[in-house]
Amino acid sequence: MVVIVDLDKCTACGLCVEACPFGVLRLEGERLIIGDGCNLCGACVEVCEFGALSLPETGAPEPRPDVPPDGIWVFAEQRLGRLAPVVLELLGEARRLAEILQVPVSAVLFGHQLPDLAAELTAAGADKVYVVDHPRLAEFLEEPYAQALIELARRYRPEIILAGATYPGRAFIPRVAAALDTGLTADCTAFDLDLEKRLLLQTRPAFGGNIMATIVTPRSFPQMATVRPRVMKRLAPQPERNGQVVPVQVAALEEPGKSRFLQTVAEITESMPLGEAEVIVAGGRGLQDGKHFSLLEELAELLGGAIGATRGAVDAGWISYPHQIGQTGKTVAPKLYIACGISGAAQHLVGIQSSDFIVAINSDPQAPIFQIADVGLVGDLFEIIPALIQEIKASR
Amino acid sequence: MKIIVCIKQVPETQEIRLDPVTHTLLREGVKSIINPFDLYALEEGLRARERQGGTVTVLSMGPPQAGDALREALTYGADDAVLLSDRAFAGADTWATAFTLARGITKLGGADLILCGKQAIDGDTAQVGPEMAAFLDLPYVAWARKLTFVDSEVLQVERLLDHGYDGIEVRLPALITVVKEINEPRVPSFKAKLRAKSQKIPVLSLPDLELEPDQVGLPGSFTQVVKVFPPPARGARELWEGTPTELANRLWTRLQELKIG
Repeated sequence: MVVIVDLDKCTACGLCVEACPFGVLRLEGERLIIGDGCNLCGACVEVCEFGALSLPETGAPEPRPDVPPDGIWVFAEQRLGRLAPVVLELLGEARRLAEILQVPVSAVLFGHQLPDLAAELTAAGADKVYVVDHPRLAEFLEEPYAQALIELARRYRPEIILAGATYPGRAFIPRVAAALDTGLTADCTAFDLDLEKRLLLQTRPAFGGNIMATIVTPRSFPQMATVRPRVMKRLAPQPERNGQVVPVQVAALEEPGKSRFLQTVAEITESMPLGEAEVIVAGGRGLQDGKHFSLLEELAELLGGAIGATRGAVDAGWISYPHQIGQTGKTVAPKLYIACGISGAAQHLVGIQSSDFIVAINSDPQAPIFQIADVGLVGDLFEIIPALIQEIKASR
Repeated sequence: MKIIVCIKQVPETQEIRLDPVTHTLLREGVKSIINPFDLYALEEGLRARERQGGTVTVLSMGPPQAGDALREALTYGADDAVLLSDRAFAGADTWATAFTLARGITKLGGADLILCGKQAIDGDTAQVGPEMAAFLDLPYVAWARKLTFVDSEVLQVERLLDHGYDGIEVRLPALITVVKEINEPRVPSFKAKLRAKSQKIPVLSLPDLELEPDQVGLPGSFTQVVKVFPPPARGARELWEGTPTELANRLWTRLQELKIG
């Protein structure tokens, strides 16, 4: 199915060819050709000044199955008995959506011999906390986590499931969506609601952050999305809120699995994982030597931040891969990103462009990093950073 | 050991820019490449073949020109390549893509080890691998940074996480998605390049996969793009010059004003 062209109205002006985000349209002489890959996004229909383009009627709209009863679910990712910060952000957003839809919010908590996290989840916005406690859920593994969530979703039938776009979330949620015969949108940065059609509008970046796309799941439930950490707003905790704890048994977990957990090894020594840090101080080739990362560490410590690096710095062996930010590393969105001696290759910029405030320190005024930085400091980082450290110490 | 590596042909996204006036994507002269993460999957497949014996098949779904990406994959040393291509596959979301690829793998007689890059650089979803594992009912591990064969049936995987890594043991057949830290891909050999030139790449279409049009492509997708727009512009940018002390003072003052220091 592709967009429909009315050749009588088409003037071959080419506006639609330029507007197509997917490069599907082209002109051959005076004739508009629609190539493979049209996904009916409608961008061409909007720009056509002659009414020559229209979207096909997708047949009789499939009757929307009855809206499932159990509202919005948030996967309450935890590790070693501590909730991932994104869980509280998701509960805040779920609360906002739930008030509009007039549905309950539930947290879904998996683990084994967990401390009591229900109070924290309730205070953050959950009306209900489903808890599955099982030895096979003690550590994160795709198979049992997916089995448990699939079984719960079939039993209680949520309308929407949200999970953090973390390593575990992005690893097992797709399996759940596939098994439930429903759509999944990855790494969302904003939600809205189409109340008329009762659809969750899910917005996410694509093409390395060069475009944003809004996506819906129009003919199946639950509507599922993973959400980028540090984008949604958590609520101020309300300890007086009441919530219900629902312990659940999952039969599928009693069957032996095909994968098992062996061990976990911590490599990042700081207490703050990069993806959750509010401040990141990052270094690139301009640091000239791995030992100069100590300068960044001193600054990061003063600001309560974490250390990031470019691919160049990692490939040079100055710092380990878990610190790498960019297209082949992590995507981050801190409140403050300080880029030190980073030229600003496009592959690095896509990993930092959601940051609230970007400061760049570089001796080359032409460096591409200055195109994206809110504030650029032209100069020698080996002079500016020690001066900044002095400044901060003096002010405290 | 039968190894299948799934690859995707993608535009080199870092070259894609939005026209500052019309906010449309400028694609002129943008090359098509093998998704960079898939090259690590391919390399890992070749290494598994070296250790365990067997064959490496590269598989892709896409328009006919995706055959170029498969032919390129052959130059690295894959044994053969198969393309799933049909106009009916166009517009597929991750669900429909994974469903089609999974059917392709089944039609090829399955595999002991299926390898994918962690995600494609155009969509960045990281969903197709795990969704394929669901359709094939296989165990899988995402974000692998090291594979070690215990024997021909058991694989130990190091999975990258925020804090470091987890060790996981998985029974084959299984599906693994890999991160770039896992290896350093080789360069294509002259011999393989020569062989790849004339090698036949079979194309499987909708009827070959015994699927119906409403199971694939846009009609088989559960998600739908309703709007595409440019990312919000960043605020006004400032470039400061001065002595280190001046710059440091000015920056710290600004950060305190913004309450982010």
